Amino acid sequence: MFSTLQKLFVTLIAIFAFATTANARIEFDITRGNVEPLPIAIMDFQGDKVAQDISAVISNNLRNSGLFKLTDKAAFIQKTLDVGGRPKFEDWRVLNVQALANGSVSKLADGRLRVDYRLWDIFASEEVFGGKRLEIEAKFWRRAAHIISDVIYEGLTGEKGYFDSRVVFVDESGPKNKRVKRLAIMDQDGANIRTLTRGSDLVLTPRFSPKRQEITYMSFEGGQPRVYLLQIETGQREVVGNFPGMTFSPRFSPDGQKIVMSLQQDGNANIYSLDLRSRNTTRLTSGAAIDTAPSYAPDGSRLVFESDRGGRQQLYVMGANGGEPKRISFGNGRYSTPVWSPRGDLIAFTKQAGGQFLIGVMKPDGSGERILAEGFHNEGPTWAPNGRVLMFFRESPGAQGGPKLYSIDLTGRNERQVKTPSFASDPAWSPLLD
Amino acid sequence: MLAATSILKSPAFLALALGLAVAGCAKKDKLPDNSGQLGLNNSGGAAAGSQEEFTTTIGDRVFFETDSSVLTATARQTLTGQAQWLLRYPNYPITIEGHADERGTREYNLALGARRAAATRDFLASQGVPRNRIRTISFGKERPIAVCNDISCWSQNRRARTALTAPQG
Repeated sequence: MFSTLQKLFVTLIAIFAFATTANARIEFDITRGNVEPLPIAIMDFQGDKVAQDISAVISNNLRNSGLFKLTDKAAFIQKTLDVGGRPKFEDWRVLNVQALANGSVSKLADGRLRVDYRLWDIFASEEVFGGKRLEIEAKFWRRAAHIISDVIYEGLTGEKGYFDSRVVFVDESGPKNKRVKRLAIMDQDGANIRTLTRGSDLVLTPRFSPKRQEITYMSFEGGQPRVYLLQIETGQREVVGNFPGMTFSPRFSPDGQKIVMSLQQDGNANIYSLDLRSRNTTRLTSGAAIDTAPSYAPDGSRLVFESDRGGRQQLYVMGANGGEPKRISFGNGRYSTPVWSPRGDLIAFTKQAGGQFLIGVMKPDGSGERILAEGFHNEGPTWAPNGRVLMFFRESPGAQGGPKLYSIDLTGRNERQVKTPSFASDPAWSPLLD
Repeated sequence: MLAATSILKSPAFLALALGLAVAGCAKKDKLPDNSGQLGLNNSGGAAAGSQEEFTTTIGDRVFFETDSSVLTATARQTLTGQAQWLLRYPNYPITIEGHADERGTREYNLALGARRAAATRDFLASQGVPRNRIRTISFGKERPIAVCNDISCWSQNRRARTALTAPQG
């Protein structure tokens, strides 16, 4: 069932008993400790400059995942390999390279790019999968690189990748007491950044639709803070629902048909869902508390949210249609901004304890809490589409301080800043693109 | 003479002047919210019934403890003064802005700011200010007035501000 390489990879990584979803192909959890990056080599794809650029993006993706160690090109013994040929396996074994990718890029008559590529299991002396081909408009060469990165990632780990995806976030500029905030979107590696709003209105907490090129977010447009829906490609916007107070903290249901959000009613915030087709609204919580930051389980059956009904912010799980919520967070401190993993196995959150703001994960029943990122102010995690990596923002203190985006994998060891042109907050990861 | 002129134009002097100006601003930001009770009546020369008088003499802000929307004794005193002034000058529509400090998460702080605005509105209403004259809005932690990294700033940002809009009628 598994390739030699996948088995090898699994043995390199701790096997955790708790992460058992019924239909997963390989059960491993890349948690703290025991993770040894797999040594691999990416040969520059043959062709003109775009071939090199594609190879560089693939290398960058795989390196940033923290799961792979890229062998330095200068150390390669075999310098060239035609996409139709076989590697000199011995030359790669000497370098302890476990997997090798090579390819070629050519231009078709209509201007599109054709990319042929192969992935080799060096110690088994065989291909991980047969030769693959991709044809794509030349201007989308980065997407080609991301798609190939995902195929290689899946070939080596047995799990879906997350590289062909985007991130929407809030771009921040200007002094701290007069911040200008704009919605912005970029590829997951920080490339192709563009802004979606002009900055005249305060905008917060954008979230991707799991199904369409849509974003829901909160805007103070017209001095009325409300939840909006934005079509990314057309720029068309609309207010979500007709509520008598501030609506905030929106998020889509897994089928993209509903938006769940908080409605402020005097001193209390309650959670409502709105069906985008029927426009019917359903009240899901009630009472004298701040109930906010709702997030659906990937099967749509349950919701996790934060509430101060017990005195201070804690995490609660309830049915998607409401009902009695069950508290799941019991550690020291305050828990907030829960987000259900797309795999269903974990809930990421912000935790305030000991004067710090931490990012952590726990199982949906509240057990197995692990802190992944610590410090003065970390907030607002979002999951990569494969549920293996989180992005969040980290705010530096003081008048000149501001937020920056970071990613971290579930080991808690592979933390990286995601470079943005200015301060950035409230990241939300898209699903894998179609 | 010449020396004096040159020092006035020197960068060092400008920096000093700027520093004083900034310090002045910071001081003003830290005005206690019970200024209305300190005998500062019209000390700034603000016209009776003007927005300036409301802001500087009565005090347009009240402050809260961490993660609390309970009005302190000082806050109630300020709001009592606000209510008397607002009843004397009934033509100003009012917007109460609720704010939170940066040491909280974004969504919760939006709700916390709204809670503070609601508590402030309810107190003014209890003093006779008609509810339909009062609008509330929360800015959560999005609009700090003090930006340093310690409790002296955070405590200034946990506030509700009573903003007057242009008088009607």
